[in-house]
Amino acid sequence: MNDEYTPKIIGFLCNWCAYTGADLAGVSRIQITPSLRIIRVMCSGRIDPLFVLKGLLKGADGVMMMGCHPGDCHYQKGNYSARRRYVLLQKLFEDLGFESERIGLWWVSASEGPRYAQVSSEFSEEIKKLGPNPVREEIFI
Amino acid sequence: MSNVLKIKKGVEQGVNELLKFLLESEKVKGIFTLRKMNENGAVSYSLITHPKELKNAVPLFPLMPVNAGKILSGFTLKKAINEPIAAVLRSCELRAFIELIKRTQGSLENFLLISSTCGGVYPLKSLTDGTFKEQVSQYWESAKNAEIASDIRPTCAACEYFIPQQADMTIAIVGKNDLQQECSIFLNTKKGEEFTIGAPGNIVSEEIDTKETTKLREKRQDQKKKLFDEFEKNGFGIKALVKTFAACLSCHGCSKACPICYCTLCDFDSKTHEYLPSSHEIELEQKGGIRIPPGTIFFHIGRMIHMAVSCVNCGMCSDVCPVNIPVSTIFSKVGDSLQKLFDYLPGKDIEEPVPSGTYKEEEFTEIGE
Repeated sequence: MNDEYTPKIIGFLCNWCAYTGADLAGVSRIQITPSLRIIRVMCSGRIDPLFVLKGLLKGADGVMMMGCHPGDCHYQKGNYSARRRYVLLQKLFEDLGFESERIGLWWVSASEGPRYAQVSSEFSEEIKKLGPNPVREEIFI
Repeated sequence: MSNVLKIKKGVEQGVNELLKFLLESEKVKGIFTLRKMNENGAVSYSLITHPKELKNAVPLFPLMPVNAGKILSGFTLKKAINEPIAAVLRSCELRAFIELIKRTQGSLENFLLISSTCGGVYPLKSLTDGTFKEQVSQYWESAKNAEIASDIRPTCAACEYFIPQQADMTIAIVGKNDLQQECSIFLNTKKGEEFTIGAPGNIVSEEIDTKETTKLREKRQDQKKKLFDEFEKNGFGIKALVKTFAACLSCHGCSKACPICYCTLCDFDSKTHEYLPSSHEIELEQKGGIRIPPGTIFFHIGRMIHMAVSCVNCGMCSDVCPVNIPVSTIFSKVGDSLQKLFDYLPGKDIEEPVPSGTYKEEEFTEIGE
């Protein structure tokens, strides 16, 4: 074991695309970053901005959201709503002086196993550069 | 140019005269307005159906005991009112009402909306600490000269939307030099004109935007910038937020007073965000300490996510805060930037959907690729 810092990242993955994509990446034996903790949701539209906020305030170093490409949503329009909420949340984070780089949204389809592995490890690297979430230093929030 | 009803009386008496006319001629069945409750300046919103009861009505009194948008939404939540009522309310209250209607929390039907170019309101605290009487004496003078009255709510001093957009009638106050001699009521819609047929006074043609209103708007914009800059001085990020909300009692008074927060059971009061002993235990193990009550920052940011995009800057939240947290400043700052992001002005257009409840297929296309 080395002492290198591994960030803790929460990933909200859509059941119909990114979650299956992650499965495919595993089956294809592609190296996947160990820092991601996956939570399966039925649609990216189900990701309440409060989930993301709570994760970060409880000390997660980053939050990834993944859903189907625009137009491919299993429920027709869930990912469009997710996109609006993500934009809103990112703007809010900028205004409050939070690091908006700690959240991200990607479209990953069920057949994009390699893409899943790539975006998650890229994001993990970025968070590693940012360092631990400053919220962790604030105990009484 | 729009038609203006001129009544040869001071603005307060003139408006009362008009209300009396509306009620006596049975054009409306009731009047919803502020009414004086005692001699110390306490006022409350009232629904009046008998002309005799209008004698204590003070439609333009510079206090906002509660955002009227919230009350009107309560009236019409289940069913639209079936008889015409004239409601006198401020620009931000009207905007809040429209935001609530967009969220299917009310109906505009049968309302005759009377609003005014607003000079702002005083904090409710000025009533209890006895400074109100002193302050109110210079209120009308400031309005006349299109100045920002001192000691009004900070959000009022920074409010640039003091000319109501959706009202049937607008009482002109800002920049009117002859406030004591003449009452000018702009008839913005056909409905407004129909209701004033036979009213005392004469009709002339005038423009609501004058040099004075532009002057006041510029002053308020400057004040807004100043207010936001001052807030930014506290610094950014989680550290600054913890400091700002340090005194928060978690009373959730800000959300109860907020006209946009309409949920019967707020998410943050529900079981969803209940802190159980087990979650305390986990957190203590990880961090070695917790704040009690927990989750204040989460509550405030969460509330921003839910309603800041519709924030009308009425300032009720700051006013009711028992520990003087500048809630309204933070919310209007965040709200301002979110509204700009979606190119949206709350309460401007009843047909325009709320940004957080809609989407366009061709927008933010660079995201997620």
